[in-house]
Amino acid sequence: DTSLTEVNSFSPSVPISPSSMINQYKFEDGPELRDLFITVDDPESHITAIETFITYRVVTKTTRGEFDSSEYEVRRRYQDFLWLKSKLEEAHPTLIIPPLPEKFIMKGMVERFSDEFIETRRKALHKFLNRIADHPTLTFNEDFKIFLTAQAWELSSHKKQGPGLLSRMGQTVRAVASSVRGAVKNRPEMFTEMNNYMETFSQKINLLDKIAHRIYKEERDYCNEMKEYGPIHTLWSASEEAIGDSLKGLAGCIDRCCRATERRMAGLSEHLLPMLHEYVLYSEILMGVLKRRDQIQGELDSKVDALANKKTEKDLFSEEIGKLEDKVERANNALKADWDRWKQNMQWDMRSTFTNVAENNLRYYEE
Amino acid sequence: MEDCLAKKMEITVSEAEKRTGRNAMNIQETYTAYLIETRAVESQSEGHCAPVESLWRRYSEFELLRNYLSVTYPHIVVPPLPEKRADFVWHKLSADNMDPDFVERRRIGLENFLLRVASHPVLCQDKIFYAFLMQEGGWKEMVNETGFQLKADSRLKALNATFRVKNPDKRFTELKHYSDELQSVISHLLRVRARVADRLYGVYKVHGNYGRVFSEWSAIEKEMGDGLQSAGHHMDVYAASIDDILEEEEHYADQLKEYLFYAEALRAVCRKHELMQYDLEMAAQDLTSKKQQCEELATGTVRTFSLKGMTSKLFGQETPEQREAKIKVLEEQIQEGEEQLKSKNLEGRDFVKSAWADIERFKEQKNHDLKEALISYAVMQISMCKKGIQVWTNAKECFSKM
Repeated sequence: DTSLTEVNSFSPSVPISPSSMINQYKFEDGPELRDLFITVDDPESHITAIETFITYRVVTKTTRGEFDSSEYEVRRRYQDFLWLKSKLEEAHPTLIIPPLPEKFIMKGMVERFSDEFIETRRKALHKFLNRIADHPTLTFNEDFKIFLTAQAWELSSHKKQGPGLLSRMGQTVRAVASSVRGAVKNRPEMFTEMNNYMETFSQKINLLDKIAHRIYKEERDYCNEMKEYGPIHTLWSASEEAIGDSLKGLAGCIDRCCRATERRMAGLSEHLLPMLHEYVLYSEILMGVLKRRDQIQGELDSKVDALANKKTEKDLFSEEIGKLEDKVERANNALKADWDRWKQNMQWDMRSTFTNVAENNLRYYEE
Repeated sequence: MEDCLAKKMEITVSEAEKRTGRNAMNIQETYTAYLIETRAVESQSEGHCAPVESLWRRYSEFELLRNYLSVTYPHIVVPPLPEKRADFVWHKLSADNMDPDFVERRRIGLENFLLRVASHPVLCQDKIFYAFLMQEGGWKEMVNETGFQLKADSRLKALNATFRVKNPDKRFTELKHYSDELQSVISHLLRVRARVADRLYGVYKVHGNYGRVFSEWSAIEKEMGDGLQSAGHHMDVYAASIDDILEEEEHYADQLKEYLFYAEALRAVCRKHELMQYDLEMAAQDLTSKKQQCEELATGTVRTFSLKGMTSKLFGQETPEQREAKIKVLEEQIQEGEEQLKSKNLEGRDFVKSAWADIERFKEQKNHDLKEALISYAVMQISMCKKGIQVWTNAKECFSKM
């Protein structure tokens, strides 16, 4: 598998399992065209007077000209990732920005800094950055570049620039106001279809997420019971002569089944569960993207209406309208292209993950 | 191998029927009656089939039969009946005695019981057993007329009563331990197995939800639709397969249960031996003390302190005639006692001999049956895995076409 060896030669020191590598490095362009490789690893805990937080090491290797160097290593915390995401959303409101892992996990007993939680988050952050790198537009975003390359102090000072909090809030207020004005009248058919699709998809993916978690739980309970089941046979064999060996044999088999179940569970938690979760988040993101597109269109429509009512100031308005129409068109195109891309990716992901699950199950039964 | 009934006759418990009737307290009750069919094997030449005889019995009559056999043949490990009430249930199984699955499994258990008795070299020759199979009316009265209930030692009912036996037979003590261990380990195993079955059921059934969601999802997908839909179908197949798998496992559980109850029967034989030994020792002790009394009276020496001795010392000696009379009585008693002791000893030795023969027979049967049961369990598991492989191979193909 050539793609595997290529990747291996670039990041020898990073301990990532081969299958997760395959998972990341799938995209329309062949792996040979890739010129940006990012890894997220090595979580470290930092304790200050005010707070405790975790930073992750982000290593970037690239052959791109616009980067000054070919290798970068920086430390980032979750807040930094949040900042990056919001900057990307700002710059490209109708592009599909990949999901970030959640701030907290409400259900479950996972503590904020438990090893399991940190590892899950690290993997998701790794995915996040790589998805951006794969995106034909987002990968060239300036903030993204700064995120990957700037030292800690450089990043903080850069963050302070740009539209302040108030102006961003203003944008949000306007956005809310425009959405209150009711359903968009001139929404192209394509986007209505997308909306409907997303509603159903979101429902289904949430269900699948729940089902997968439920299966994991049932398997864990089954495994626990099996752990008690095997030893009973060994105990019994102690009081038997003729059938003692058969009983011991059976006990051994049960133990092996137990271990096979554990491996199956590990497969689920490594591949299926994170993937389903990512797409649950994606469905929310997509609904958001569709809304933002509607907003932009709404702006255009309201201006058009205003023009129809006010016969004066035609020229001024028509320029504005022209600009807005452009904006809407660009937004629509961007979204459409991105949507197609997303769907392809999703298909690929689903296919490979479920196939993986099937393979795991096969392995389980064969054992 | 002696000629036992099982070789001469086909015995089946072929049907079960719900009945209502009035019981001993004249209260209406519902019970299940089982149809026992028998047919002589010998005359099956030239395509002639012997006529099938049949009669109906209910569970309580089976119980009566077994009690009779236990009391009449105390040295035999009498085959056990299937459980009275459903035990070791996991959530899908019903604990209701009227549940058709339970009735069906009980029917099989009762048939098994009859076959076991019919293949036992001693038990199969019993007239009451034969009448149970052949004579519907008046059977109960016949059993009661044997008066077996009088023979039943009520002391055996006190399960935990210990008889302090001075010289216990080591083999029987070991056997009793073994039967206790067997009971405890099998019931533990059955309990955990029921829990494992429950969990496995859960795993399989939740996969069925995949089927439903995949199908709904496939409706909105163009390229992925077909793959999803057919994968969903396989998930449904997977989820449904657990029902048959677990039903087969129930048979395995029933086989183990039979030996759980057999352990009880084994224990009963040990207890009866214990009791016998106890009686023997008591009788011997009694005889010894009588002999001693006799000697004392005869020689006038008081070897052991006794109230009688004291009172006679205090209130004067007895007349020689009185003493003579007493000695005479004692000598008679001693004679009786010695004869009784002799016969008890003989009885005891016979019991041990025949019990041990049956125990050896039982051991062989147990080893053979359990080994087969374990093998069939392993075969079941393999078949389950094969089914799993098939389903997931199909599913994998569907997924890869998405």
